[in-house]
Amino acid sequence: MSQSLKQPNRLREGGRVDRARTLSFTFNGTRYQGHAGDTLASALLANGVDIVNRSFKYSRPRGIVAAGAEEPNALVQLGSTEAAQVPNVRATQQVLFDGLTAQSTNGWPNVQRDVMSLVGKLGGRFMPPGFYYKTFMAPASMWMTYEKYIRKGAGLGRSPMENDPDSYDHLHQHCDLLVIGAGPAGLSAAQTAARGGARVILCDEQEEMGGSLLDSRELLDHQPAAQWAERVIDELAALDNVTLLARTTANGYHDHHFVTLHERRTEHLGETAPLVDGVRPARSRMHRVRAGQVLLATGAHERPLVYGNNDVPGNLLAGAVSTYIRRYGVVPGNRLVLSTSNDHAYRAALDWDEAGREVVAIVDARQAPDGEWVEQARARGIRIITGSAVLEAKGDKRVSGARVATIDAEAFKVTGQAETLACDTIASSGGYSPVIHLASHTGARPIWNDEILGFVPSLVKGVHAAGSARGIHDLAEGLADGSAAAARALAALDLSAGTLELPQVDARREGATCALYQVPHEKPTLRGPKQFVDLQNDVTAAAIELATREGFESIEHVKRYTAMGFGTDQGKLGNINGMAIAARCLNRTIPEVGTTVFRPNYTPVTFGAIAGRHCRELFDPERYTAMHQWHVEHGAEFEDVGQWKRPWYFPKNVNGKLETLDEAVARECLAVRQGVGVLDASTLGKIDIQGPDAREFLGRVYTNKWAKLAPGRVRYGLMCKDDGMLMDDGTTSCLGENHFLMTTTTGGAAGVMEWLELWHQTEWPELDVTFTSVTDHWATITVTGPEARKLLAEITDIDLDKEQFKFMDWREGKVAEVPARVFRISFTGELAYEINVQANYAMHVWKTLFAHGEKYDLTPYGTETMHVLRAEKGLIIAGQDTDGSVTPEDLGMHWAIGYDKPFPWIGKRALSRPDTRRVDRKQLVGLKPRDPAVVLEEGAQIVLDPDHAIPMPMVGHVTSSYYSAILGHGIALAVVKGGHNRMGETVYLPMVDGQVHEAEIVSNVFYDPKGERQHV
Amino acid sequence: MFYIHCPYCEEHREEEEFHAKGQAHIARPADPESCSDQEWGDYLFFRDNPRGIHHELWVHAVGCRKFFNITRNTVSYAILETYKMGEQPHFTAEHPDGKPAEKVAAEAEAVSRQEGVNV
Repeated sequence: MSQSLKQPNRLREGGRVDRARTLSFTFNGTRYQGHAGDTLASALLANGVDIVNRSFKYSRPRGIVAAGAEEPNALVQLGSTEAAQVPNVRATQQVLFDGLTAQSTNGWPNVQRDVMSLVGKLGGRFMPPGFYYKTFMAPASMWMTYEKYIRKGAGLGRSPMENDPDSYDHLHQHCDLLVIGAGPAGLSAAQTAARGGARVILCDEQEEMGGSLLDSRELLDHQPAAQWAERVIDELAALDNVTLLARTTANGYHDHHFVTLHERRTEHLGETAPLVDGVRPARSRMHRVRAGQVLLATGAHERPLVYGNNDVPGNLLAGAVSTYIRRYGVVPGNRLVLSTSNDHAYRAALDWDEAGREVVAIVDARQAPDGEWVEQARARGIRIITGSAVLEAKGDKRVSGARVATIDAEAFKVTGQAETLACDTIASSGGYSPVIHLASHTGARPIWNDEILGFVPSLVKGVHAAGSARGIHDLAEGLADGSAAAARALAALDLSAGTLELPQVDARREGATCALYQVPHEKPTLRGPKQFVDLQNDVTAAAIELATREGFESIEHVKRYTAMGFGTDQGKLGNINGMAIAARCLNRTIPEVGTTVFRPNYTPVTFGAIAGRHCRELFDPERYTAMHQWHVEHGAEFEDVGQWKRPWYFPKNVNGKLETLDEAVARECLAVRQGVGVLDASTLGKIDIQGPDAREFLGRVYTNKWAKLAPGRVRYGLMCKDDGMLMDDGTTSCLGENHFLMTTTTGGAAGVMEWLELWHQTEWPELDVTFTSVTDHWATITVTGPEARKLLAEITDIDLDKEQFKFMDWREGKVAEVPARVFRISFTGELAYEINVQANYAMHVWKTLFAHGEKYDLTPYGTETMHVLRAEKGLIIAGQDTDGSVTPEDLGMHWAIGYDKPFPWIGKRALSRPDTRRVDRKQLVGLKPRDPAVVLEEGAQIVLDPDHAIPMPMVGHVTSSYYSAILGHGIALAVVKGGHNRMGETVYLPMVDGQVHEAEIVSNVFYDPKGERQHV
Repeated sequence: MFYIHCPYCEEHREEEEFHAKGQAHIARPADPESCSDQEWGDYLFFRDNPRGIHHELWVHAVGCRKFFNITRNTVSYAILETYKMGEQPHFTAEHPDGKPAEKVAAEAEAVSRQEGVNV
C-alpha cells in the first residue's frame, strides 16, 4: 500500500479542523492523513487528490465539485470489510475518522487508468442520449448480458454480501414546529419559537449546525458569524422544549406534515458503531416526525456555469472553494480563475487571495460590476475581466488553463477573441437555486422568480419557507425572515412567539446578478467540447439540445430521455441549467418549460435505516398455536400460512433416513384413511356471533339457508361478495337460538371479520348482532380416521353413539377432563371430530390423545396431508381453487345456494347477470392424468388441441394437484371452460420442457364419491 | 402518510391503523331484484374518481373497528373532515368551503327524521 503523509493543500492555520489530531485513512488503496473535523472530501483535497471517480457513461476523470449534499462526483464505496460496505456515500458528507477506508464507486480497473474511458473518448460522439436503449435492447434477451458489463463498467456501488453488524432505530416524534436547516434563517426561527415555549425540533444535515455562517465572511454583532451561531445553539441546547438533531437529513416530506429525518449517530466514529459498555448502539435513527407546522430553512445550492470541459478535475463551485478554505483550512489548488455572474461568488477569490495563493483572474459576465466585494478585489489588484466568461477548461486529469472571451449572453454568442489563462482551478457561479426539494415532495409546484433567477417553493398549508430557501440570500434579511416565519407558524397554532433581538449585520452593497446558465462557445453546442449539465448522470448540453430536436419538448420527457436529475442526484446542481438550456432550444422561457418533480429521498438512505428493527424475527409477527412446542419437538417442518406457523408435515426417521415430503405425506394420508390421524387446526378463524338478529344476519351474508339450523347443529356456508364471486367458506354452528360460532379460512379470518362489520355498520345497523374474534381463545384439534371414535371415546364423557352424535352435529362435554366443544365435521371425508378447547388447556388435551393413541398408531399430520385428503374428496380451498372470479355455480355447489331465501343476500343478484350465466365459464372439475405416475403442475394451462398452432387457445388451468397414495395415481382440481359438461373428455397440458401431459376430465370427488365414510 | 381523526375515538391516529374502503355513500339498492343488469353493474363496479373533493369510507381497522367517512381533497390530500356513519358531509364539491350553516342544520334534521333519531 502506498502512503502519502503530506497535505500539500492544507493551510497552516484557519478553519474549524483540529490540527492536533491527525487521522489516517485509505482511499483507493493509498494511505493519507487528515485531521479531526475534516470530511473525506476536504481531506482528499488537502492531499491533492484530483481524481475521485470516473463518470457514469463516458468514464471521464472526475474531481470534487462541491462541499455538501449537492456533490455529484465524489460518490464512494465505504468499508474495509465485506459486512461494512456502504455504497454511494458522498465524500463531502462523510466525516473523516481514523482508519476510514473508501473506494471510488466508478472506474474499472481503477480511476487513473480506466478501460471504459476509451469507449468514452472514441465513442463519445456516438453515445447520444438513449444510447443504451437504442444500441443494446435488441435482441431483448441479450439485455441481461449487456447490462452486467455496462454496470460493471459504470459501477453503481454494491451492497454488502454479509450480514450488517449494525442496528438501526425508528423513533416517533411530535412537535409544534419542525425547523429544517440550522443556517441563519433556521437558527433565528428556532430561537423565536423556542423562546415562546413551543416544542421545537431543529435538524441539520451537516456535522455542525450553523450552515453558511460557518464559512461566511460576514460579521454578526461585529464578530465572526460562526460565534453567533454557537451562542444560539448553546441557548437552544439548554431548553427542555427543544430537540437539536445535527447530522440529521430531512429526506422526505410526506402527507400531513409527516417528515422523515435520518440521523446518523455513529458514522463519524467508525464504519460500524463502536461498542459502548459492550453494547453496539444504533447506527442511525429514523425520526418519524408528525409536526404541527414545518419551517423549511434549507438554504440554496450554488449553480455552476455550463462551459466546455467543465467536468475536468479542478472545476469547482465558487462557494465550495470558500467552504474548503474557511471551514477546513484547505485550498484546493494554486492558481484560480473565477467565472461568475454575481457578486457573492467574489468571496471565493478574496478567500483564495487571503490564503496566499494566486488569483489569476475573475471573469465576470456582467459589463460593469461594482458591488463592495468587487471593489475589494479590485483594490487588491486582482484582474477582473468583465462582460466575459470561461468558455472552456483546458486539461485532462486536472485543469491546466481556461479559455476566456467576451460573450453576449442574451444572443448566446461569443463576441471577442478568446484568451487562454494558465491556471489549475476554475471556480464558477451562476447564482443560487433555493433547495426546494422538500416543498415539492408535497406535490406543490415551485414558482419561477425572475428577481432571484430561481424557483422558489410554493407551499401547502402549514409549511413555511425562510431565508435562502425562498430566495432571500441577504444575511440580515434572512435572519429576520426566519424569525418572522416562525412567528407566523406559531400563530397558526395559536401559540405565541418569543422576542428576539436579531444580531447586527454590516450592510454590504451587492450588485445585481445577470442570467447566465450555459456559456456560449465558438462552435455550436453539438460540435464543441462537452458542456456538462448533470455530472452524475453524464448529461451534456448537447444531449438536451438533441432531445429537444428529437421532439422531446416536455421537461419531464427530456429528463427521462437524458436521465438528467435521476438517481441519487435528484438534480441538485444541474436541473435549473438543464431547464434553461431546454428553454433556449425550444425558444421558450424557463417558467414556460417548467420544472421536473423532485422525489424523496433527498439523499440516499440505506436499507438498514429504513428497515430499523423490523428485520429477522421482528420483520412480521409470527403466530404460534398452543401445541407449537410439541410440533417442534416432534420434528415438524413448518409452513407459513398468513402469520401462522403451521406444521407442514412430520417426517419420520426410517432406517436412519429422514422421510422426504412425499414419503411423509403418503404415510400420513394412509394413516388417516386406514387408522387415525390428528391435525392442529387451531389457526382456523373463529368468530363468535350473538344477538337476536344473528340468524337473519347469517342468512344475508351466506349464500345458503340458516333459518332452520337448530342448536347442536353445524352447517357449511359459502360467502360471496356482491359480485357473486366466492370470497370465503367455512362451517357455522348454532350454539343457541341467538348464538353462533363461525369458522373461516386461516388466511381469511381478519378479512371476514371486517366484512361482517362493514355490512352491519353501513347497511344494516338496525340488526341487533355483535361479532367477536375468538380465534386465539379456542384451540382446535381434529381427530380423524376410522378409529377416531374409539380413540376419542377413551377420553371424553360425550356420548359418541352414531345415532346420538351425527355427522354435522356438535356436542358440549369434557375431553381429557377439560370443558370442550366437539364438532363432527370432516375435511378429510373420514369420520372426524374437531375438538375445541380453551387454548391454554390444549397442550394437555393433545398429549392425552397421544397417551391413549399409541395403540391406534395415532399419526400427527400437517397441512400438506390435509390438502391431499381434502382434494381426494374434491373439497375446495378458497383462495387456492378460487381466485375472486369463481361463483358457487362454477364450483358446482348449487346445493349451497338459497335462491328462494326472502332477503336478497349478498351475491344473489349478480348470479343472474349475463356474465355469470355464461355456459362457457371456467368450472371446477377433477383431472385424472392418463399416466398414473404424473402429478400435474399447479397453475399449468389446459388446452384441447396440443397440435394447435401457437398461441394455443387455453381453456383453463390446474388449481390443486397431488399424488394420492390411497388411489395410487395423481389427482388434480382444475377450472375448465364449460367443464361440467365435459366429463370424460381428454385435455392436454403442455409443459415448459416440451412434454405434453394428457388427462381426463372427471368428477372433482375422487374418493368415496357417495360420502359414506364420514357418516359411519 | 395520512394523519386521521377517528370520529369515534375522537383523536388523530396514524394511517397505519386504518383501511381505506373506497367511495363513501354507495347505498346498496334496497331491492336488487328490481335493478336492471346495468343498474346493478353500476352499483357493483362504477365509482367516481374526482379531482378535488371526494368522500371516502374508511375503517379504524386496528383501533375501534368502526367505519366512518372522510372528506378528502384528492389534489392536496388535505382531509377536510371525518364524520360518523349516517352523518352528512359539511364539505362537498358544490360547497368546497363548507355548506351554509342553515343548510347543514336542515339536512341534519332531515337525516334524524329519516332515521327516527332524536337530536
